[in-house]
This record gives sequence, C-alpha cells and structure tokens, in this order.
Amino acid sequence: MDRALPGVVTASTDEWVEVRPDRLVDAMRWLHDDPEMDAATISNMCGVDRYDHFEVVYHLQSLDLNQQIVVKTRIRDHEAPSMQSAYPVYSGALLQEREVYDLMGIRFEGHPDMRRMFLWEGYPGFPLRKDFLQIADHHPGLPHFPFETGTQER
Amino acid sequence: MSAALDPIRTRRPQGDLALVVSLFAVILLIGGAAGVGYLVLSGSLDGRWYDFRDLGVGMAHLAEWLDEQNASQPAATRALLGDHWMSYLTTAVIGGIGILSFVGGVLLILIWVERRLIARIQVRRGPNRLGPYGLLQPLADAIKLIQKEVLIPEGADRFLFFLPPILVFIPGLLVWGPVPWAPNMAYLDLNVGVLYLIAISSLATVAIFIAGWSSNNHYALLGAMRTVAMMISYEIPLGMALISVVLLAGSMQLSEIVRWQAQHYAWMAFLIPFSLFTFFFSSTAELNRTPNDIAEAESEIVAGFHTEYSGMKFGLFYAVELGNAVAVAAFVTAFFLGGWSLFGLEAFIPGYIIFATKVAAGYFVLVWLRGTLPRFRLDQLMAFAWKYLIPITIAHTTLVAAEVTAMGALALPGIVELGTVALVNIAFTVWVMRRWARFLGYRPETERVMQPKLTTQVGGLHAAERMRGAS
Amino acid sequence: MTTASEPYVLNIGPQHPSTHGVFRLRVVMDGERIQDIDMVVGYLHRSMEKLAEERTFTQNIPFTDRTDYLAAMSNNLGYCLAVERLAGVEVPERASFLRVIFAELQRLASHSMANGTFINDAGAWQTPLMYMFREREKILDLFEMTCGARLTTNYMRIGGVSFDPPPEFYPAVEALVAELPDRIAEYTELLVDNEILIARARGVGIISAADAINGSITGPMLRASGVPWDLRKADPYCAYDKFDFEIPVGHNGDCYDRFMVRLEEMRQSVRIIRQALDGLPSGPHKTEIPLALRPAPGEAYARVEGPRGELGFYVVSDGGPAPARFHIRAPSLINLSLLRQMAVGTSLPDAIVALGSTDIVVGEIDR
Repeated sequence: MDRALPGVVTASTDEWVEVRPDRLVDAMRWLHDDPEMDAATISNMCGVDRYDHFEVVYHLQSLDLNQQIVVKTRIRDHEAPSMQSAYPVYSGALLQEREVYDLMGIRFEGHPDMRRMFLWEGYPGFPLRKDFLQIADHHPGLPHFPFETGTQER
Repeated sequence: MSAALDPIRTRRPQGDLALVVSLFAVILLIGGAAGVGYLVLSGSLDGRWYDFRDLGVGMAHLAEWLDEQNASQPAATRALLGDHWMSYLTTAVIGGIGILSFVGGVLLILIWVERRLIARIQVRRGPNRLGPYGLLQPLADAIKLIQKEVLIPEGADRFLFFLPPILVFIPGLLVWGPVPWAPNMAYLDLNVGVLYLIAISSLATVAIFIAGWSSNNHYALLGAMRTVAMMISYEIPLGMALISVVLLAGSMQLSEIVRWQAQHYAWMAFLIPFSLFTFFFSSTAELNRTPNDIAEAESEIVAGFHTEYSGMKFGLFYAVELGNAVAVAAFVTAFFLGGWSLFGLEAFIPGYIIFATKVAAGYFVLVWLRGTLPRFRLDQLMAFAWKYLIPITIAHTTLVAAEVTAMGALALPGIVELGTVALVNIAFTVWVMRRWARFLGYRPETERVMQPKLTTQVGGLHAAERMRGAS
Repeated sequence: MTTASEPYVLNIGPQHPSTHGVFRLRVVMDGERIQDIDMVVGYLHRSMEKLAEERTFTQNIPFTDRTDYLAAMSNNLGYCLAVERLAGVEVPERASFLRVIFAELQRLASHSMANGTFINDAGAWQTPLMYMFREREKILDLFEMTCGARLTTNYMRIGGVSFDPPPEFYPAVEALVAELPDRIAEYTELLVDNEILIARARGVGIISAADAINGSITGPMLRASGVPWDLRKADPYCAYDKFDFEIPVGHNGDCYDRFMVRLEEMRQSVRIIRQALDGLPSGPHKTEIPLALRPAPGEAYARVEGPRGELGFYVVSDGGPAPARFHIRAPSLINLSLLRQMAVGTSLPDAIVALGSTDIVVGEIDR
C-alpha cells in the first residue's frame, strides 16, 4: 500500500498497518478496490485508549480471498479527537462509529448521523476513556489480584 | 433428571373432553327438566301430552293465554296499547332476560373453553389453578377486571370513551334474537331475519371506531382505521353469500331456511360450499379473529383499538368478541349446516341439542383457526376481499339464481334437482377459484418454496454471483 | 383528489409485546407507510466493556454470558478463544470437541427461539413458538446437567471447558439427536408451505448481497442474501475442520429466506453434533492456567460463528491480570445497520416482520 498511496502509512508490522487518520478514507478505498487486498467489509471496529493517544483499530475482511487485514490509526489529541469516517466506503461503519464516539469521544467527520447511541446527549464524559473514573480517584485496571498465590486448582 | 428428557408423552386430553361433555349434559338435563317442570306446574298441559322437545309450544300457549287476558281488559286500554300488549310485554321481558342470561353464561364459559383449547393446540395445559381444571378462571377474570381502577387517558373524549363497550355489547345481544333453536323456538322470528342480522352486525364497526378515536392514542387510531376498512370490506361478501342461501331457500326468515333444509334433507353446505367458505372467512374478518385480526395485532400495535381500555371496559370488548364468535357459529349452523335438523333424527333428539352441538363444532373450528394460522397483512386482506372474493361471489350468486329459476321452471324430482345443483356448484367453485387466482397473479409454481442451497465453499460477492448464476 | 395528511410519530417503545427486549423504534408514519425509522438503544447498557477492565480474564467469562443471553455458550467460546490466542494457551482435543458440541447445541436452542419469535411476529399466536420450545427445553436441561445453569452458562474456560459432562449426559444427548430430525421435519412440514407465512415474509426486508457485505452484515442474514460465508468454514476454530457439514445459502435475501436458512442450519447442527459425539476423544478437559493470567502485552481478535452472526472479541493486554480493552463485536447491533433501508417505504407490519427476522438480542446490542 505504501507504493500506491505514498505518505499514508506511518508504520507497519506483520500483523497490522498503521495509517494517518486524515487519510483514512483514501486508504480504505484503496484496500476496498485493490484486487489483491479486496477488503469487502469491516469485520470489527474498535477504539482503544492507550493513555497518551487513542488508537482506532479496523479489522477488514475479504470474503472472496478469505483474508483479514488490520488497519490502525493513532490520534494524539486528547481534548477533541476527530478523524475521518469510513462511512463513504463501508456503510457498515454507521453504527460502529457512533458507538466509538459515544464511549470514547472520537468524532468522525463525514458520518451522516453523528450522535450518541447508548448514552444520552449531555452525558458528562466518555466512559471508556481511562481517565473517566479518576473523577473519584479511582484508577482503572486491576493492579493486583488479592488471593493470587500461583497456579491453583479450580 | 432423565425423566425430564423422555420423548414427549402428552397425555390425551381425556379429562378435558369428559368434563366438557358431562357439563354439557348436566346443563341440558337441568334445562330440560326446568322446562318440563314449568309446563307441568303452569297447568297448561291440561290433559294434553306435550313433548319437551319443543319448549316453544309452552311459550306459544303462554302468549295465547295472555291474549285471552288481554281481551278482557277495558276497551280504553286496548285502544291505547293495542290488542296484544300483555303478551308482547311479557314475552319481551322473558325473552330479554333469557337471552341476556344465556349470553352472559355462555361468555363466562367461553373464556374457559377458548383458553383451554388454544393451550391444547399449543402443547400446553391452559388455566388449571383456579378451581378444578381451571373452571373458576372466568369468574376470577371477571372479578379482577371489575375491581380495577377506572383509567381514562388524559386527552380522551370522556363520553365517547365510555360509549363503545356498551355500544358493542348491544349488537352482541340483539343478533341472538332470530336464531332458531328448534322448530318453534326462535325468539324473534322476523320474516326479514337475514337483513336484520346483516344490519345489526354492522353496528359493531361504529363502536370500534369510536373506541379507537376517543382513546387519543396513535396505536388505537391505527387499529380503528384498520378495523373499519376491513369490516366494511368484508360485509359485502358476507351479505352476498347469504343471498345465495336466501335464493335457494326462498325466504329470509331463519326458521324457514332451516325448515327448507330439513324438508329437502340437504344442508346448504353441500349445495353451495363456496358460500359457506365466504361466510366463514368474512366472519373471521368481522370478528377480528386470526387470521384476520389485524385490528388488534398484538405483536404490532400492542392491542389496537382497545389499547387504552382497562378493567371491565376491556372485559366487555373481550367477552363480546368471544360471544360474537359463538353467534357466528350459530349463524353458520342455521344457514349452512341444517340448524336443528339432522336428516330425520330431530324426531327423537331435541332440536336445541342438535343445534347446540353444531354451534360448539363451529366454535371449535374458529378457535382452531386462531391457534394455528399467522395473520394476514392489511393490504393483503383488502386485496383478497375486493379483488378475489367479491367478483367470485357475484358470479356464484348469479349462478345460483339461474339454478333456482331452472328448478322452478322444470319439475324434476327433488333429489335430481339438488344433486345437479350441488355438483354444478362444486365444479364451478373449484374451477373459478383456481382460474381467478391465476388471473390475479398467483403463481404457486414460481413462488413455491425455494430451499436454500447447500454449499461447502465460502466466498464473498463473486461467489454469490457464481451461485446465483449457477441456479 | 387527495386529502391532506401529515405524518405522525409512532413510538414502538421499549415495552412492547413484540420487540425482542428493551428496544425502541421511533417511526415516522404517513397513514400506514413508514417514512423514517430510527432506533434508540441503550436501555440495557450495562457498561460491560468498562467493568471488564477491572476483573481478571477468567472473571470476565460470566460477563460474556450476559451479552447475548440466548447464545451464552457461543459468547463464552469466542472470548476464551481470544484470550487463548493472546496468551498462547493450548487447548486439549477433548475440550475442542466438547466446545463444538455445546456451541452447536446452543445454536439449535437459539434458532428455535429465533424462528419461533419470528412467526410470532408474523401473527401466529405463539403456537409454533411453543412447539419449538419443546426442544429448547431439552437442550437447556442438558446445559443444566453439565454446568448448572440453563441460560447464562459460564461453561468455557481459558484453556478448555470447566466441567466434564456427567455420565447421564451422553444418553440424553443421543436421544435428543435421534429425535431432532423428525422434529425439524415436523416444523418444515407445518410452516414452510404455509401460504400465509409466505405472503407475509416473502419479498419483505430484502437486502442484496452487495449491500449486505458492505454493511458488515454477518450470520444467517448474510447467507440468506446469497453470500456463502460462514466462519466455521472460512476460519475454522476448535475442531470444526474435522467435521463434514454444509452451509445453507438463500436466494433473495428476504425474511422468508432467513427463516429457511435458520431452519436448515438447525439440521446441519444436528449433523455436527452427531459427528462430534461419535468422535469424542478422551483426555483432559482443560489445561491449567494461573488463577490470574497475565498474558504478554499484545492484542488478539478472535471470532466465532454465533447464531446471530460473527461474534468477535477484541482483547488488548498490557501485562496485567485484567484486560486493558475488552471489546465485543455484537452481531445484533451491526445487523441493524440496514434497518432503515429495509423498513422505509413499507408498512408497519412489514417493518415488524423484518425486525423479527434480524433476530436481535438487546443484551448484545447494548452490552
């Protein structure tokens, strides 16, 4: 993909490809149209809060070629994160992007119906962010499991 | 634990059936004994032997006696109120109380019957907690509904909201008038009985529409609109089916129709089966029962026109629906299934027992349809009524009229006439129904079940196109 | 002459005899035609994904039960596969076979319910539903025999299954598998040729194959639109590649095809269970893992073919005992992407039937 769309890819490993958030639609369209990649559908779309940046993960699936492509984007802005919507290419991103907006706060430009889905408009904050619970001085995650003493019989 | 996994052994519903039959028998015996007791105690036997098979004779003699009493009244009263006012008044009151108590009792029993029957069709038991076999269930339902809070939605029209349960109950009572239970046992033996029936049963439509409109609720309004459209559409096939019956029998009086069937030893069901089908199907539409219960389609518009009704108002709607179902079964029996006649056996078995048995059978078919079939969509219903039923009914009625004229002109023995009529009608029905359905676009061979194709290869859009191209 | 009419908003609200769960639809209607349809979800939002970040990986298994409570085994399976991929845990062969058996039993139960409620939406007053519930009751009894719970089973563990089925399980499941083909034939005979059902469901809610693929539709809906895609064949997990079965593919993509596809899948499930029972190897039923599993930092996405579609679990670990991100790809939610396309322009009964054929479970939509 680096040859076809220069400047889009920022990093890549064996498992995933990372693209720039503002060139997402181009990348998606290329993946959708390219006969070798043939990413026909979004299998899953998810946002992850990695403390210093947001990461949005797309698992694209090709049905005819039976292969899976993982695309990630990194958003560094914590106050008002936004990126391009994949809706022009995949209509299945409609509800998944609303969910990511609702729970993580990432706005998607180009989405026809950007509003919160599970929570109501006016809900204070975005729950799935890691700093959401620090309101009450509660740290997310489970640092130490109380009764852990090695392998135990269930 | 493994007992729970045995293959299903449903117990045959012997308990239910035995119970129903024994209840039926007990009620009939008590009714018959009461009738005989009345006749004996009133002294009108007077040395004449009356058969309790025909309770109407007792009433006729009561009317005569009252007329004699009436004749001895002063002339002024007679001029004012007429020559028969005493007998009219007394028989009206007795008949009114009789019908009211009959309908009331039947409604209570019907709730139990319907719920147990549908439960049996659905492989479950039905109410069996309140009383033995759940017999006190209707009583409990009635008490529960009566003691509920009277809720009127805020924007509803108060007077119009109270009106429909009453308005829908009145036709439910009035239609039982002309029903002929035995040769002399029709309370209101009008000589335009058929016309009376069709007219009175149209009143329910108005009641339902008032109910839907006054509830100030979108669901109710939707339900009311659907009901009005459907009920009005299906009144036409209903009436036209009855025209065939009237043509053959030569009279609109219900007892005459039944007498015609008794005389000719031929039920209308054999002679004009299409009318029976049309009448039955249109009646399910009039009754708002499945497969035509789009007006109260529970899975779509909660409860249609009676969404906002709670307590005994709803109880009245529900009970009247069941009562009307039995009334329709009674009409089917009177018009098509020979009424109180049973090919000569009515000399030995009381007519009203035969009639009641046939009514029970008709009601059973209605409940069976309700438990088994999914419902039609509204536009499919209307299309069926207007495009399919009405043209064929018109053609069928014309054919019956031609047959009646031919029968009147030629003088053939009865069995030949009626046999020919039956054969011609059956052939016509089958042929026309198929041809007309095809004409309207029903193509069963292309629309038939297409089983899904089975494959082991996965793929995407290209594979889908390949598979579609291969089929 | 047309009379003036204005559209009104009908609220098919969270409490309704038909929508499968607390799920709300705002429908803008003009008479009986639907002009616009909008769904409002979130009545059952329990913040599972957030809660999972405070519990260990094993403690999250009961959460997965409760997302799609009508297909709990499939949920458990997907999650355990994801964590096993993340942590690199090997699963013994007996456990794989047992997982297949229970996943297919769960598919049978779920499809019974789905088809029954679909016909309930079409109007038959629960009669086919009651008939299909007979088999579902037996399957739930089998679950109770094995893991103690009927609905939220919590059966799979990371590394295998939690309990070996007791000895009385095997004759019971043999009896069930022996009588199921007759039962399914009975339903086929009663329902498949039913004129009224055909009239209600044929031509309703059509989704073309291209729309379905682009809209991320999966499961029986995708297969009914003509696309032969099944994760059990495409991306085999857990011993599915050892079994011989076929996937049914529909023709038009309407509600009737979805109903037929689900019915056919029930037959195929019986085949798979039969083969799995015949070839069940002996051995341990799970591998031992630490009580608080700490996988290496990384991520994994595993998916199973649940009764409703592709049920995917995306788990991210940062080295601690709890997942850093736990995301459930809920097929019911994503299958609703095309609801507007299916329903707008039709009448209300058609929309309800189309919604019934998508087979949603609100626990999965809202999580």
